[in-house]
Amino acid sequence: MDTIGVLMTCPMYSYLEQELDARFNLFKLWQHSSKVDFLKTNQHKIKAIVGNTKIGADAELIDALPELEIVATFSVGLDKIDLRKCKEKGIRVTNTPDVLTDDVADLAIGLILGVLRNICACDGYVRSGKWKDADFELTTKFSGKSVGILGLGRIGAAIAKRAEAFGCSISYHSRSQKPNSNYKYFSNVIDLAKNCQILVVACALTEETQHIINQEVIDALGPKGVLINIGRGAHVDERELVSALLEGRLGGAGLDVYENEPEAPEQLLGLGNVVLLPHVGSDTIETSNAMADLVIANLEAHFDNKPLLTPVI
Amino acid sequence: MAAKQNQENLPVVLVYRRPQFNLPHRNRLSRHFILLDPADSQEPTSSFLSTYAQSVRALLCVGYSTITSETLSLLPSLELIVACSAGVDHIDLQECHRRGIAITNASVAFAEDVADLAVGLLIDVLRKISGADRFVRGGLWPVMGDYPLGSKLGGKRVGIVGFGSIGSEVAKRLVAFGCSIAYNSRRRKPSVPFPYHANVRGLAADSDILILCCALTEETHHMINEGVMTSLGKEGVIINVGRGSLIDEKELVQFLVQGKIGGAGLDVFENEPDVPKELFSLDNVVLSPHRAVFTPESLEALIDLTSANLKAFFSNKPLKSLVEIEL
Repeated sequence: MDTIGVLMTCPMYSYLEQELDARFNLFKLWQHSSKVDFLKTNQHKIKAIVGNTKIGADAELIDALPELEIVATFSVGLDKIDLRKCKEKGIRVTNTPDVLTDDVADLAIGLILGVLRNICACDGYVRSGKWKDADFELTTKFSGKSVGILGLGRIGAAIAKRAEAFGCSISYHSRSQKPNSNYKYFSNVIDLAKNCQILVVACALTEETQHIINQEVIDALGPKGVLINIGRGAHVDERELVSALLEGRLGGAGLDVYENEPEAPEQLLGLGNVVLLPHVGSDTIETSNAMADLVIANLEAHFDNKPLLTPVI
Repeated sequence: MAAKQNQENLPVVLVYRRPQFNLPHRNRLSRHFILLDPADSQEPTSSFLSTYAQSVRALLCVGYSTITSETLSLLPSLELIVACSAGVDHIDLQECHRRGIAITNASVAFAEDVADLAVGLLIDVLRKISGADRFVRGGLWPVMGDYPLGSKLGGKRVGIVGFGSIGSEVAKRLVAFGCSIAYNSRRRKPSVPFPYHANVRGLAADSDILILCCALTEETHHMINEGVMTSLGKEGVIINVGRGSLIDEKELVQFLVQGKIGGAGLDVFENEPDVPKELFSLDNVVLSPHRAVFTPESLEALIDLTSANLKAFFSNKPLKSLVEIEL
């Protein structure tokens, strides 16, 4: 297989890079100053793209690679892939579901506890020496609070399971009601926000869910409400979120994703009621290895004419 | 007139506190008890007690004001101490045992909040949440790129030291994250469905994470020592929501600085509010200023519980949260 050309779109994980390099003819898009020239020269060699949440496979890239057979993304999210184009051209698409579900769900709970119990602020308080002068103020209890989940897929369900262990009541909004679920369903996101104290965004980013968290939803969540986003930055009207936090119309936020990564809104950087993470939802050694192995397994299956492990298209 | 008479029939409770600790539920308690508070008086405590507290049967200990045998000797009629904390290591337990003085604590009121914080600290240490938050706030993300990878919580082996109300709430939560649980306690608990280890070193050898939820006593002082930390290993993580002195703090600092242990989340320290400065430069440590119980909900629950214990005592009913003292 080492003659098969695989194009990696950006640096994502050194173990994955090494494994791809060992098995295929690996091209690294970021090493070429003129992408246009590079693609023109090598377009016939490349049969696969390995992308991620930063750089996936858009129409332009797909069109530049006439021999492209498969896009294997190092993520579960598909928002950076032109799925319609892939379908049109008969290009297979795989992602990395399930292996990262636990880590993302763990991080969502970590963000909730970080915001409600001010864990990061407390850590800073101790490190700065302020504890010698005064106790930190009261923080807010998590156990028993009501949690609303937007998107009850694998990740949403895993978050619900964890929150239940804290005695939380769970409600959700999803494209459709889940028949086997004991959780309370709301047919729209505003009612969900009105009826929970902590709202977690755990759905896929599609045309419908762009800015699904807008001013109305944020106001419904309210001054004691907390927004947790482990989905995509574009799920949230970020400008609206920032002003709501600055004005106290929203109680707090825990964010792993932003509209313009790696830029996080400057006005949030000094706030005490937010926790800001640099898109680390699945960033553990164990899960990154599992994701990489899954990408490789999908590519090998495809080029061996075997069934794909985690096909999307 | 009737109100004053009612007042005179109310039982007397001695409020024992250092002046800087306030009694948040004074008004609520005053409806049911006559509160005797030496901190309100100009007299030195010992003479106040000798004069006014000779027939006092119940004492409400606010915060962790120490109760020594000297103090107890000034209270010949004392039968009950109601503590406002989970730990009772600030009370002379031996003397209480000798005198037959019952002690109630507040673990049950706090257990959920303490467990929540223990889990929060653990996720933070493994997933580097505080470190990553500092990274973003410092504007480093656009400059330095991706933050270093953390470690997965699911599938890790958690050893809980002390399986009382707090330890059991911690276990309940971590099971949902896919952790396996084992525990050490003074005695094996038949109703607990997790494997029991008779000593902490054995528990550490079989665990990736130790969570300290036990009382501080003579036996448990510096229980987490060099041997236990070595058994836990280089990737091991310690979470302490018990008392600082459960850990040999000097040894812990050395282990952390030298990379002989994976990380720590600490809500308590040997010499609060002093925290070893060497920890401030470490990214694999999360520090908390003894705040595990300080939410409004816990404080409400504390008020309910302490009032309930006092009421039960004065109506000869069973106490709500009696501490079993083992000496």
